[in-house]
Amino acid sequence: MNRRRASELAQQFIFVGPAAVFFAVIVAVPFLLGLYYSFTSWNGIAKHADWAGIRNYVHIFTKDPSFLNAFWFTFRFTVLGLILTNLLGFVLAYVLTRKLFTRNVMRTVFFMPHVIGGLLLGFIWQFIFVRGFASIGQATGWSFFNLPWLGTESTSFWSIVIVFVWQNAGYLMVIYISALNNVPKGLTEAARVDGAGRWQVLRHVLIPMVMPAVTVCLFLSISWSFKLFDLNLSLTKGGPFKATESVALNIYNEAYTLSRYGMGSAKAIIFFIVVALISVLQVWATKRKEVEV
Amino acid sequence: MVVVEIVIVLLGLLFLVPFYFLLVNSVKEYGSILTDSANWPAAFHWSNYREAWKATEFPKAFLNSLIVTVVSNLLLSLICAMAAYKMVRRPTRFNKLLYLAFVAAMVIPFQAIMIPLVKVLSGLSLMDSTLGLIIAYLGFGAPITVFLFHGFVKSVPVDIEEAGKVDGSSPYGIFFRIVLPLMQPIIVTVIILNTLWIWNDYLMPYLILQSPNLATIPIATYAFFGQYTKQWDLALPALTLGIAPVVIFFLVMQKYIIEGVSTGSVKG
Repeated sequence: MNRRRASELAQQFIFVGPAAVFFAVIVAVPFLLGLYYSFTSWNGIAKHADWAGIRNYVHIFTKDPSFLNAFWFTFRFTVLGLILTNLLGFVLAYVLTRKLFTRNVMRTVFFMPHVIGGLLLGFIWQFIFVRGFASIGQATGWSFFNLPWLGTESTSFWSIVIVFVWQNAGYLMVIYISALNNVPKGLTEAARVDGAGRWQVLRHVLIPMVMPAVTVCLFLSISWSFKLFDLNLSLTKGGPFKATESVALNIYNEAYTLSRYGMGSAKAIIFFIVVALISVLQVWATKRKEVEV
Repeated sequence: MVVVEIVIVLLGLLFLVPFYFLLVNSVKEYGSILTDSANWPAAFHWSNYREAWKATEFPKAFLNSLIVTVVSNLLLSLICAMAAYKMVRRPTRFNKLLYLAFVAAMVIPFQAIMIPLVKVLSGLSLMDSTLGLIIAYLGFGAPITVFLFHGFVKSVPVDIEEAGKVDGSSPYGIFFRIVLPLMQPIIVTVIILNTLWIWNDYLMPYLILQSPNLATIPIATYAFFGQYTKQWDLALPALTLGIAPVVIFFLVMQKYIIEGVSTGSVKG
């Protein structure tokens, strides 16, 4: 009996131990520490962090327009990012599940931007917005290309949206393709026999059947756009005049540019709460729309 | 049908335009990049690549990225497969609670832990080391990885393991000889998802690594840009080199990557 218990304990230790320890050291402990720092005025260097109570939080909500601006930017960006990536992703999937000659090549093309990291993409697109668009504008005379793409508040917002959609629509396309392929053929054929047109089949059969994929894709696109950082950093650095500073970039600047770790931690905790709330709400809301088969 | 085909091909070409700009200008002289960036190069300046290769110390950055990505992936898959297996097969109160903690942690954004993480790592003398970075990936990648494995193990029938037990296999033998091989499809998926993330990650290596010698591709690229702002005749070939490994990897492995992404999403 004792030997069995010892063996079970050893097994628990060997199987679960490593993952649990790394998780504790890298995620759980820092998270709790961050919670503690958020109530201090730590500057990242001092050995002792002075207790500040809820001062940081009060400051953020009353005297820090940059953080609220970053939230407003992130919110607008998320709404557009999620609508456009999902729309394009779904349309591409809908077209590329038909018997097209170039089907597989096109799937590869649309997915490819996603495998490149946001940081490098941002730099590549910086060149295109600054030089590439200008030369297309010169050649065609279209004013669209002659806009100062990274120079004004609204155009730089759209620049990030464009790159984000280009980068991520293909990933959602892949998920929608597998969902569309899983819809039983009998179901669509039955609808056809009953006289439903292409549009009606899409509206009343395909879309309800792929709702689980919609849940996943909304979740992914919201979390990508809400945590926007790399692309933001390399494409606009949050400029011009902080107009495109995302929440993640704002927290980073607070901690590492201004060396206010306590304040940065408080912002990070607020960010965490908002991300957690949105994720839970969104999954709960779309789960209800899924149909059981 | 033909119209749909033409429209989708045109859209595909539009998607490729950024790569056209990147490649074509990466072999031009500085002057002609500025004057006509849309045109086909009049002359090919391959020396741009030679200089960018040297300036970014490309082989070193590539090797650093490769080591971090491969080692993190192998260890992450192994320890998370083991943990998820035990959590499913022995759902003690502790294991259930731990699993709950992993699932809850999936919503934690990296920014919420980055500030204290650096302190914890320096306390453990793991700053500015490849090992420290790998350990950080093991911890931060564990929640989603355990979650994906957990879902898969639940669908594996216990009967096969019972047969192993009857044949006298130890619990470790059962896991490594029977369960782990069965988990192969989900392991491929997990490795693909974690590779895309780890290879391209910027912030975590930026915070943990300081020595230029340890820099991964995103870090080396960023540092390069700080130094050579707007020097596009060097920057564009450097960017091309930077994206080449992952694009080639994708083109070679695309069948698995696309399958992996769709299975990963179903489980998530």
